Order: sequence, then structure tokens, then C-alpha cells
Amino acid sequence: MSILIDKNTKIIVQGLTGKTGSFHTEQALAYHGTQMVAGTHPKKGGTEWSGSNGESLPIYASVAEAKDATGATASVIYVPPAGAAAAIEEAIDAGIDLITCITEGVPVLDMVRVKEKLDASKSRLIGPNCPGLMTPDECKIGIMPGSIFRKGSVGVLSRSGTLTYEAVYQTTVAGLGQSTAVGIGGDPVKGTEFIDILELFLADDETESIIMIGEIGGSAEEDAAQFLKDEAKKGRKKPVVGFIAGRTAPPGRTMGHAGAVISGGKGGAEDKIEAMKSADIRVSPSPAKLGETLQDLLG
Amino acid sequence: MNIHEYQAKQLLKGFGAPVAQGVAITSLDQAEAAVAELPGPVRVVKSQIHAGGRGKGTFKELGPDAKGGVRVSFSEEEALENIREMFGKTLVTKQTGPAGKQVNRLYVEDGADIERELYLSILVDRETGKVSFVASTEGGMDIETVAEETPDKIHTIAITASKGVTDADAERIADAFELQGDTRAQGKTLFAALYKAFVEKDMSLLEINPLIVTKQGDIQVLDAKVSFDGNALFRHPDIVELRDKTEEDEKEIEASEYDLAYIALDGDIGCMVNGAGLAMATMDIIKLYGASPANFLDVGGGATTEKVTAAFKIITSDPNVKGILVNIFGGIMRCDVIAEGVVQAVKDVGLKVPLVVRLEGTKVEDGKAIINDSGLNVIAADDLDDAAQKIVKAVKG
Repeated sequence: MSILIDKNTKIIVQGLTGKTGSFHTEQALAYHGTQMVAGTHPKKGGTEWSGSNGESLPIYASVAEAKDATGATASVIYVPPAGAAAAIEEAIDAGIDLITCITEGVPVLDMVRVKEKLDASKSRLIGPNCPGLMTPDECKIGIMPGSIFRKGSVGVLSRSGTLTYEAVYQTTVAGLGQSTAVGIGGDPVKGTEFIDILELFLADDETESIIMIGEIGGSAEEDAAQFLKDEAKKGRKKPVVGFIAGRTAPPGRTMGHAGAVISGGKGGAEDKIEAMKSADIRVSPSPAKLGETLQDLLG
Repeated sequence: MNIHEYQAKQLLKGFGAPVAQGVAITSLDQAEAAVAELPGPVRVVKSQIHAGGRGKGTFKELGPDAKGGVRVSFSEEEALENIREMFGKTLVTKQTGPAGKQVNRLYVEDGADIERELYLSILVDRETGKVSFVASTEGGMDIETVAEETPDKIHTIAITASKGVTDADAERIADAFELQGDTRAQGKTLFAALYKAFVEKDMSLLEINPLIVTKQGDIQVLDAKVSFDGNALFRHPDIVELRDKTEEDEKEIEASEYDLAYIALDGDIGCMVNGAGLAMATMDIIKLYGASPANFLDVGGGATTEKVTAAFKIITSDPNVKGILVNIFGGIMRCDVIAEGVVQAVKDVGLKVPLVVRLEGTKVEDGKAIINDSGLNVIAADDLDDAAQKIVKAVKG
């Protein structure tokens, strides 16, 4: 097993006809035949998308139409920031189970509106401002580089894209491999939090250990640590390695990610590290030692 | 993006918020006219800089007995005297850092008879994903101190986006402020107006500290701090107009023109990284090995050779930089593009300090080949750990 996606997942691309959407759809199709089944464009319905390697996919005018025609349960969004919220809302309205929004720079008040709609629906949203998710050898949604993955037992989750790659790469080098890797995104208001994914990893047979990478800003890491503590009391426990980026970040400055900011004395790295330690999470001192720290922990 | 207090007040006034009459000046020539325009006798002269703690701040050029950055004046002459003393001086507050900020704009405002000082802010609460009001009767004070010492005096009221500020929400905020009678009615109108301003203008923070009740029982916005969501500025050209570039770091302005996320820091190792998380982690690992980063720089996912060249030039223009670490884990970002950008930049501006390059991910072999074939004096690193150790050693010896 894996979480959220596997070789049977069928995916619609919202924003396929743009440069980014095209490139990453080609990459996904080339990755163990990920089932990218259709694209959408309000004005190009009925046409066909062609990739640079001779691939082709049908374009539908709406997500609802594309879903009806293909039986897809997932969508990935590559539309520019101004239209990203509307794209998510369209996918929610169409009843898509798993929506992944890669777009960076979505206005936060758009996400506040989306979140209310999302909470009242059955859809799950990953992102925005995220690299997507991958189950090695089966399915690639988003922009993670497929070459660094290896099928295995570590569940990887992170607020940062490139640090997800570090964790994936290091667990590949360590010979452990990954069950599924999920980048939940760097925005302050997002669809899925650490806790949601941790719950899935705890329940997944194939996931034997977890690497969780947080960063400054907000309190999602503290919430996640508390969740793991509570679950451990119920006997649900897996080895977890943690890392927090931004120990040296100055307060009050937004560090690239819209959500990475220490404000009002809250959201600093040290509090998060302490919370992780108190939940029996082994905190890696360096972003270069995630794999090594996990190997140590597994003994 | 931040704006000045006087700009924030003008903006809020447009939404119907009660603010005192005031005049902003950007040169001393405007002082007399500004003072004469206000009825007096009490006028408040306020330094306009993007930092809090102005009232308790001190001017570098003035003696230790001089008054702070916000001054109450009881006559025209006193107001003018204060303006002349403050204008152009460097104000140091607990938020500016020791270097302080030059006061290039002053705001002269009509004085108010204060009965009560309240605290009100509107922000996006990331825990709930909702816009929330934060209300406290302890206005005029540092709200973080209030939160720490008397957390029960801080009330948070979350707003449902599809409904806006309902009458029940407004009642709860008015209760938190303990408002009565006509003052309460004024308050409820104000809360809805402020929420409208927050949402329509895509603010990320609207802080009024203090919000006052005058001796006559009227509500008034006495101070206002507004920040906007940088991601939403594309739909607010009127807000972009309010930007005061003199408040920002020159290198940060240049970086923003190339769409680079750059933050100047005070260490000596320049960093160029892709991805915000990895960029922070790179700063952290430099610190872990005993040195300090000179900057945060995320070149982003879709960087071009031109963008990388610009990033490299910004880093090398910092005189504190004694070494540079390029750390790339290519996902969308291709290593060959980074390598070409670095080689081009070095050709353009020269390389006077040690440079360590770590490349991994998409097109890594091509990237390494470009660096190797360039003949540049580059120290190659195998992984992040190796890279950090090598640059720290190169700089510290």
C-alpha cells in the first residue's frame, strides 16, 4: 500500500495547455506510466493536447466534464495565481477526491474562501505552493524529480519542496526508499496539514517510519507533535525523524514561503524542536543528516 | 508590503473609519502650512517610519534627554519646533535595530481627548484558516506583553468568509471592548467597515493600537498599521503606489525586480539556493558549522540564466560577503541553467571570494560539466554537509 495515490489513480490536469503544465505532464506520463488522463481549458474543450514526445491527451471545457468522461478521481492545478482559487473551487464542485495545487503565490484571502468551501466538501486539497506528491514506481503528481525516488518504507512529508527532495534522496541513498512523499506546501492557509498526512502514514502498512520536515511560522509542527503523542498513548506509533528549517531566520521577515515567518514571538524554530522532542521525534541537527538520523533511530 | 500610518489612515477613512484630521509632510517647507491647517491648540507630531515603538524611540543625533518619535505639542510654535527637531533625524526603536531609520516623513495630527485606549487587529488566523478580529481592552500597550501576562484579556473572534461580520460577531467584539450605548453603535459600524477594508484591499494585517474612546464617547482610530498580502498586489495598483522604497533594503528592491526572494542578513557567507525551505536550511547548516549567512536567497523554481546571474551579482555586491555557497537541488530547476548563470555572472563581475557549488537533481551531470569546463576556481561539493563544511573552512581558514 501507499497513501492517497497509487498506480490506479487517474488524474486531470487543470492548466495543461500552459508551459509548466505541459512540461510536468510529460514528466508524469514518462514516470512509470502515471495515469494523466485529461486536461481542462474553458475555451479549448474538444481539442487535443500534444506533448513533445508524441503524447496526447483530450482537453475538456470543465473538470466536471473531464471527470465524467474519464472516471478520474484526482486533479493537479498548474494555473497562474490569479485563477488558482477558482480552479480549486471548480474541482471541489466537480467532486474530485484529491486536488493538488502546485501554484505558488495564491492570495491568502482567496485561500480563506476556498478553505470554507473545502471544509464543507468531501474533497481533499494538497497545497497550494507545494511540489505535489509521489508514490515511487506508481504515480507522480506535481513537480518532484522522479529519478531520486526508490520504492520503500519511509513516509516523507514536508512544508518545503526542495527539503522533501533532500529527505527522499537521503532515504534512497540509505537504501530505505519511500512509501509515499507528500509536500503539503509553504502557504499559511492550505488544504492539508501535517496531522492529516501523519494519520494516513500511521494507518499505512507499507510505511514503517516517517520523516517530517517543518519550518518556522504557525504551530502546525506543535500540533503534529501533540497528535503523535496522543496516538502513541493509544499504541499507534512509528519511528519519526524531524527537522525544522529556519533556526537562523530573523523574526518578522517572511522567508520566501508566505507562511515562513516568526511573528509576535510565535512560530520560532526552537519551540517546534522542543515540541518534536517531547513527542519522541528524533530531531536531525542538520538537513544533510535526515537519512543518517533515521538509520540510527531504526538501529 | 507595509505602508505608513498616515497612508493607512487615509485608506481607512475612505471606508468610513473615524480618524483625526491630519497633514503629512515630506519636507520642512511644508511644516508651517501643515500646522496652520489644523485647528489646535493640541497637535501631535508623529514620525512616519515602518517600525513600531516610535513613541519610546530615541533620535541618534539628539541628546539622551530629547523626546521620542511621537510628540504632543500644545501650541503652533511647539509643533513647529518639534517638526524641525525631528525631521531628517535617525529614529531608533526596539523594532528598527541599532542602525535606526531616517525620518523623512512626519504626520501632524489633531490632538484627541482620550478616555479609554483599546486594541484591535484583524489578521488571517492560520490555525483556523479564517479572518479573525483580535480585541483587547488593554490598548496602547505592547500586545505581545498583554498576551503573555494577561491572556484572558485578549479575545479572538473568527469571521466566516461567506457571511462577513454578522451582527452577532459585532456584538462579541463590542462585548470584548466593554462598549456601551452610542459608543457601542459606533464601534459596531466601525468593525464592519474595517473588515470590508481588510478583505477588499487584501490586507494581511490591520492593527489599530490604540483604538480610542474620546471623553465625548466617540470612537477614533488613533494609530494604524497596515500590511498587504504581497501575492495579491497584482490586483491593487492603487496600493502599490503607496510603497515607500526608502524604507527597504536596496539589494532587496533589486532582487524583487528579478522576482527573487532575498533577505539581507549580517553574516559573511553569501547563499544562493533554490526553494525557501532549503534556503533556510542552508543558512542553518552554515551556522551549525560556526559561520553566519550574509543573506537568504531563493532563486525559485523557474529561474533562468539571467535571473541566476542577477542573483549572483546581488550577492557579490554585499561588501561583507567573504565566500559564496551555491546549493541547488534541481526539481523543476535544472542544474545546467544554474551552472550557466553562475559562469556568466563570474565572467561579468569577476570572483574575488571562494565559491563552493553543490548541485543535485535534474540535469546534474550537465551542470557539473559546465562548471568544470569553465575553468573557474570553483570548489565542488558532493552534498549539503560537504558544501557547508567547505565554505566555512574556505572563509574561516
